Amino acid sequence: MPDLLIELFSEEIPARMQARAREDLKTMVTNGLVEAGLTYASSGAFSTPRRLTLTIEGLSAQSRPVREERKGPSATAPDAAIQGFLRSTGLTLDQLERRADKKGETLYAAIEKPGRAAAEIIAEVLEATIRNFPWPKSMRWGSGTLKWVRPLHSILCLLTDEAGSTVVPMTVEGITTTNTTEGHRFLSPGRFTVTGFDDYATRLKRAHVVLDSAEREAAIWQGAQNLAFAAGMEVVEDKGLLTEVVGLVEWPVPLMGRIAEDFLHLPPEVLQTSMKEHQKFFSVKNPKTGRIEGFITVANTQPADQGATILKGNQKVLTARLSDARFFYENNLRVAKAGMGEWLEGLKAVTFHNKLGSQADRIARIAALAREIAPLVGADALLAEQAANLAKADLRSSMVGEFPELQGLMGMYYARAANLPDAVALAARDHYSPLGPSDAVPTDPVSVAVALADKIDTLTGFWAIDEKPTGSKDPFALRRAALGVIRLVLGNGVRVALWEKCLPALDRAYDAARKSKDAASTTQGGAFLGSVGVTTSTPQGKRIEPRLDDLLSFFHDRLKVFLKDQGIRHDVIDACLAMPGNDDLTLLVKRAEALAAFLKTEDGPNLMQGYKRANTILTQAEQKDGVEYSFGADPKFAETDEERALFTALDQAEAAITPAMGAEDFPAAMAAMAKLRAPIDAFFTAVQVNSDNQITRRNRLNLLHRIRAICSDVADLTKIEG
Amino acid sequence: MSDAIKAPRSFQEIILRLQNYWAAQGCAVLQPYDMEVGAGTFHPATTLRSLGSKPWAAAYVQPSRRPTDGRYGENPNRLQHYYQHQVIIKPSPANLQELYLGSLREIGIDASLHDIRFVEDDWESPTLGAWGLGWEVWCDGMEVSQFTYFQQVGGHDCKPVSGELTYGLERLAMYVLGIDHVMDMPFNDPDAPIALSYGDIFRQTEEEYSRHNFDGATTEMLFQHFKDAEAECERLLAFEPDDPKSGKRIIMAHPAYDQTIKASHLFNLLDARGVISVTERQAYIGRVRALAKKCADAFRQTEAGADAPVGG
Repeated sequence: MPDLLIELFSEEIPARMQARAREDLKTMVTNGLVEAGLTYASSGAFSTPRRLTLTIEGLSAQSRPVREERKGPSATAPDAAIQGFLRSTGLTLDQLERRADKKGETLYAAIEKPGRAAAEIIAEVLEATIRNFPWPKSMRWGSGTLKWVRPLHSILCLLTDEAGSTVVPMTVEGITTTNTTEGHRFLSPGRFTVTGFDDYATRLKRAHVVLDSAEREAAIWQGAQNLAFAAGMEVVEDKGLLTEVVGLVEWPVPLMGRIAEDFLHLPPEVLQTSMKEHQKFFSVKNPKTGRIEGFITVANTQPADQGATILKGNQKVLTARLSDARFFYENNLRVAKAGMGEWLEGLKAVTFHNKLGSQADRIARIAALAREIAPLVGADALLAEQAANLAKADLRSSMVGEFPELQGLMGMYYARAANLPDAVALAARDHYSPLGPSDAVPTDPVSVAVALADKIDTLTGFWAIDEKPTGSKDPFALRRAALGVIRLVLGNGVRVALWEKCLPALDRAYDAARKSKDAASTTQGGAFLGSVGVTTSTPQGKRIEPRLDDLLSFFHDRLKVFLKDQGIRHDVIDACLAMPGNDDLTLLVKRAEALAAFLKTEDGPNLMQGYKRANTILTQAEQKDGVEYSFGADPKFAETDEERALFTALDQAEAAITPAMGAEDFPAAMAAMAKLRAPIDAFFTAVQVNSDNQITRRNRLNLLHRIRAICSDVADLTKIEG
Repeated sequence: MSDAIKAPRSFQEIILRLQNYWAAQGCAVLQPYDMEVGAGTFHPATTLRSLGSKPWAAAYVQPSRRPTDGRYGENPNRLQHYYQHQVIIKPSPANLQELYLGSLREIGIDASLHDIRFVEDDWESPTLGAWGLGWEVWCDGMEVSQFTYFQQVGGHDCKPVSGELTYGLERLAMYVLGIDHVMDMPFNDPDAPIALSYGDIFRQTEEEYSRHNFDGATTEMLFQHFKDAEAECERLLAFEPDDPKSGKRIIMAHPAYDQTIKASHLFNLLDARGVISVTERQAYIGRVRALAKKCADAFRQTEAGADAPVGG
């Protein structure tokens, strides 16, 4: 069984694309080979900045022969049709088989496809792989038309067996396969020949290329830790950076340097971000001081002077960068201590969205909402308003301008520098959270109020101007905002009727949209707001606001996704969504969790059967009789013990469920409901509801209604499947 | 490997070595374009000549103006007027990376002592309707060049593809010469009878232009000039190709492109004056891009920008 080695050698592949590319190479080639009838034992894919490599072991030398049978025309068909069939099969008439059927005789061809040599298949599969490779972005170069991530220079394609190794011949766009490759660009220039995968990996290492990214990663991390340890320091772990650096080097050599004393007072996040973003340095912490005091850069070379020149150069670049950062930080602290007025003023000139006004307008909306939400989350209303007003001031600071990822965090430092209450500082840092499904949820009440207000304002704002997510398009991350609200509410057990709280937010957004529209009316026409300004209400005085209903169902859709991930069935959620107060997500989830737990007990599904049976009989009778059986079940008309027992059980259940529901103790209510299972089962076994005696029948139907009524208090059980 | 190339001693020596090197590689060494541009890419030797199938190889220094980057000559690394060294070769040769590394060696960057990396950087010019893929080249953590394979310019696919190299000369020279503040950099030989530093030549002009860019330039006039340039560009392109006076077919692609360059610089000045809002910004960029595309369309109709007949 031969082994196959493929290497696609190119100019530097972006680090972030390498992992995916080596997997794609493996999948495309192995799938192609298997589809063509080859088998293999194992495969492995590798990448360095300049190459993608695939090794396949135990490949079959030939594909299996295939026998294909094809049905042709009738034996009496016109000659042209028969000749056509012969041409397409490559056979002669006497080689065809005739089979009798209803129409007479039909011609059949048996086509034998002999097994093909692996090399022939490999060449085809490799060419197709190269031509159809799914790079996120690819390019042409020179005069060619081939697309690759960067210019492709050489292709190594080698089949190796006991007899030796042979190049699989193939040419794509003037590049012909060989058995040669190149080592490190600077340390080992020139091409060399290889005979198989082991030889390839060994020679590459001799030529200063570590092929396996896992090996490079381990070498970088170990080397960095050793350097730090020797200096009594420790490396700050950063997986993302490590992966990126692994994709930038073929021969990693970590070097450690110190950060000049002048910069050590900068916030550690500023040092880390600047070093990581601009220079791909790891941060090194001094455990004694807790500060970031050093850096590790990973060179892609073994320098003649042990790295002195490289370190000096990097240090110099770092100094220039950190001088900028220090300049920004010190200026920013001055603005912060003066009350951040300059930034707040500046935010008036920053457009948030051309239909929703400036950032300053938006902050005013958030502050008003934060103040309204505060009492619900146990926060001081004025403090929440103050925090909301200042939380985004840092967006105008030069530091955040330079490092957008430090937004919020810098706000915390500035608020502290300005001696503002710590709740305000924390809200500045945390009000963007949670950003993803696994991001921590803020718990400080002021932070929770501002974070909720921030997200609800975003959602009501974009709903006001009808910019909702569609399909895969969600440019304003509104799904994430809704999930953020859900997690903030559930994580903190917040009781809030969203409809009520979103209504004033939506009104403020309408106002903003109207103002933007007036301001823009000279340059843009057309009504982009639809029904704004037209307020209708129900007879009960409740506003009719279809956009808010729509936003609430958006929340419900996100909640369904969220709860499904927590293992709660969609029909359970639907049963709870159908109940009143469904804009109180905490209540909704409490109910859903209790119902889900109940359905997992033995009583659960059985009670559901009883409930459904009662409901079906009742509904059919109601439809048939044209009346509603909803009142007046009386035990005195009961004829059997089972009937009487059900009356008693329902009385007891009702007595337990009503106060439990009042206290929102759903588990207790479900437990009380569970006790109905046995009496209902017994009732249905012993009693015929549709009795000939009309009084008895009506009484029994009214009794069924009580089952439905009591159970429906808990959730809309008709929605439960099964 | 260290063939002990003598270290350069001045800014101009680095420029001269780069020019000599690229001349030796067969490039036509052009002179700067005589208009205000934001980057060497705007020179018609790059923008227009990267279109069409005719081979092309040029190298030149281009003074570049970024009005918003003015710092009154005080910032060690930021200038509103600086120099770029530009190399453009069509079709991009297979050994362009090696040629480029050779140029670094020529100005004293020895690959056996330094850490040179090609770090992903996709280039896009919204005003030119152009994009390409390539890298920023790092030397010991510092970006010393931009390396791009042009894919599209003025909305046209580049066939064949040009390879473009851009060296930020001040930054590169400061690194090679070990200078911390750009104004301290020797411009000519430090031992010359009249030794001039970068600051001797440019400190005052940086002050003057910083004040001009941020406060001095008359915005009404700039707005008007922008409109004029835009109109003139379109007017020139609307001429019939056949010139009655000379009897030749003459499409005024270059004169029209000059107006595009003007509009682009006027926009940059207006931006520095802070009179263009965030939303208007996109609209202005779109207007310049529309001009650039029309010029590219026109250039493709000329002899220099045409496709050579297949096999010809």
